[in-house]
Amino acid sequence: MKKLLSTILVLLITSASLNCFANSENEDGKDLNVSELIFDHTGDSYEWHIITIGEKHISIPLPVIVISKHSGLNIFLSSKLHHHNSFKGFTFGAEDGKYEGKIVEVLADGSEYRPFDISITKNVVGLFITITVLLLCVFAVVRWYKNHDEDCEAPRGFRGAFELLIMDVHDNVIKPSVGANYKKFAPYLLTAFFFIFISNLLGLVPIFPGGANLTGNIAITFTLAMFTFFIVNIFGTKEYWKEILWPDVPMWLKAPAPIMPIIEIFGIFTKPFALMIRLFANILAGHAIIIGLCCLVFVTASLGAALNSTMTVVSILFMVFMNFLEILVAYIQAYVFTLLSAVFIGLAQVQPHNHKKLDVK
Amino acid sequence: MSLLLPDPGLVIWMLVAFGLVFFILAKWGWPVITKMAEKRANFIGDSLKSAKEANKQVENLKSEMQQLIDDTREEQARILKDATDSREKIIHEAKQKAISEANKIVEDARSQMQIERENILNELRLQVAELSVNIAEKVIRKELDNQDKQMSVIKEMLDEIDTLKN
Repeated sequence: MKKLLSTILVLLITSASLNCFANSENEDGKDLNVSELIFDHTGDSYEWHIITIGEKHISIPLPVIVISKHSGLNIFLSSKLHHHNSFKGFTFGAEDGKYEGKIVEVLADGSEYRPFDISITKNVVGLFITITVLLLCVFAVVRWYKNHDEDCEAPRGFRGAFELLIMDVHDNVIKPSVGANYKKFAPYLLTAFFFIFISNLLGLVPIFPGGANLTGNIAITFTLAMFTFFIVNIFGTKEYWKEILWPDVPMWLKAPAPIMPIIEIFGIFTKPFALMIRLFANILAGHAIIIGLCCLVFVTASLGAALNSTMTVVSILFMVFMNFLEILVAYIQAYVFTLLSAVFIGLAQVQPHNHKKLDVK
Repeated sequence: MSLLLPDPGLVIWMLVAFGLVFFILAKWGWPVITKMAEKRANFIGDSLKSAKEANKQVENLKSEMQQLIDDTREEQARILKDATDSREKIIHEAKQKAISEANKIVEDARSQMQIERENILNELRLQVAELSVNIAEKVIRKELDNQDKQMSVIKEMLDEIDTLKN
């Protein structure tokens, strides 16, 4: 009871300070645009925004790399484009335009041209941070094995826990789902699992170096799904293709109109598509809910102190709950992506059935 | 809508970064860990198996040892019993022998005595006979100083012989 009271007290104090902050924010007269704020935070950007104190934005400028057919390769820091300045003819796309928030080149006739953009954006930096963490984790275990006699001792502490997680995914997800050929595909699936898991977790950390919404970005999930797609179809057995193009169904289903083959071919593409959308949507939704709950504090600021305080406490409690849930989701989504990739790979590894055996049945 | 359109720049970076990480980990990362972990799992499995076997062997040895101890005890008891028996037997035999020896000695002594007695008796008889002959001679010499008397004695003797014969 005492603990509960102190918790509520802390929450009230926090909410009071947040109230002041929220009120000062709203004094500008600008209405808080929640959906814009959510998309701002979950989307990609050319700088890594850390904090805004008063009017001062503190952010890490990131390099912009654009290849334009008019001016060739251009590399410059995004800080050059502050406050909608233009630099070497590059600026941000006009609001409500086709390229809003993206870097465009303003041509002589005033039209916007979108150059080929391979800037190191916030998500690219997040990607680098994620793979650095991933490599550090894996090589921490690998290095341990180099320096120890694996027959006498097992890694302890973080290394032991990480190894346990690796072996859990390896033995309980990959092995049973892929089947006999699992050794060939285990490296990809393990990489995918830990990449997704680590970037999910890092995405939950609200400040730098976390906070990049990597797995909630469709480009990332698209690439991951493409990896699975190509691995499934490149390493598919003859029987897998036979079952797609000439399945074991009554003749009228495949000739003269190839109904079944069309459905099967459609299935080849829906599987990775489902992978892509599932991961993207789950992570994006989680982030959006947490930011939305956070916005609740500021949205209710204009509704009076009492209501605002109550809503602040409620929203903080919900945010804590959501963050715990998102940690769970971080694991589950990595698990589901890996499991389904493993199952798809396993399904493409079919060997010819023994028809005689089936007849006996 | 831009939310649902993959940004080509990010796709390229992701392709490069993820591909590189995948390559590095596939070559130097995962196989090392999974191999080691599997090796250790096998090692632990083997160790458990051999520990179980060792336990079983110890168990066997224990029962063997117990068997040995039991056997030895039995043997000991048997030897002790044998020893007692043989002691008893020896004592018994010795007694038996002593008795028979004693008996023999007594017997011998007795027969010796018999012989001695007979010898003595014989000697006595001889001496008595000699003595009686001598006495008889003297008596007879005194008695038989006349013819008649000589004759009656002869006659008497002859009679006696006759009666003896009959």
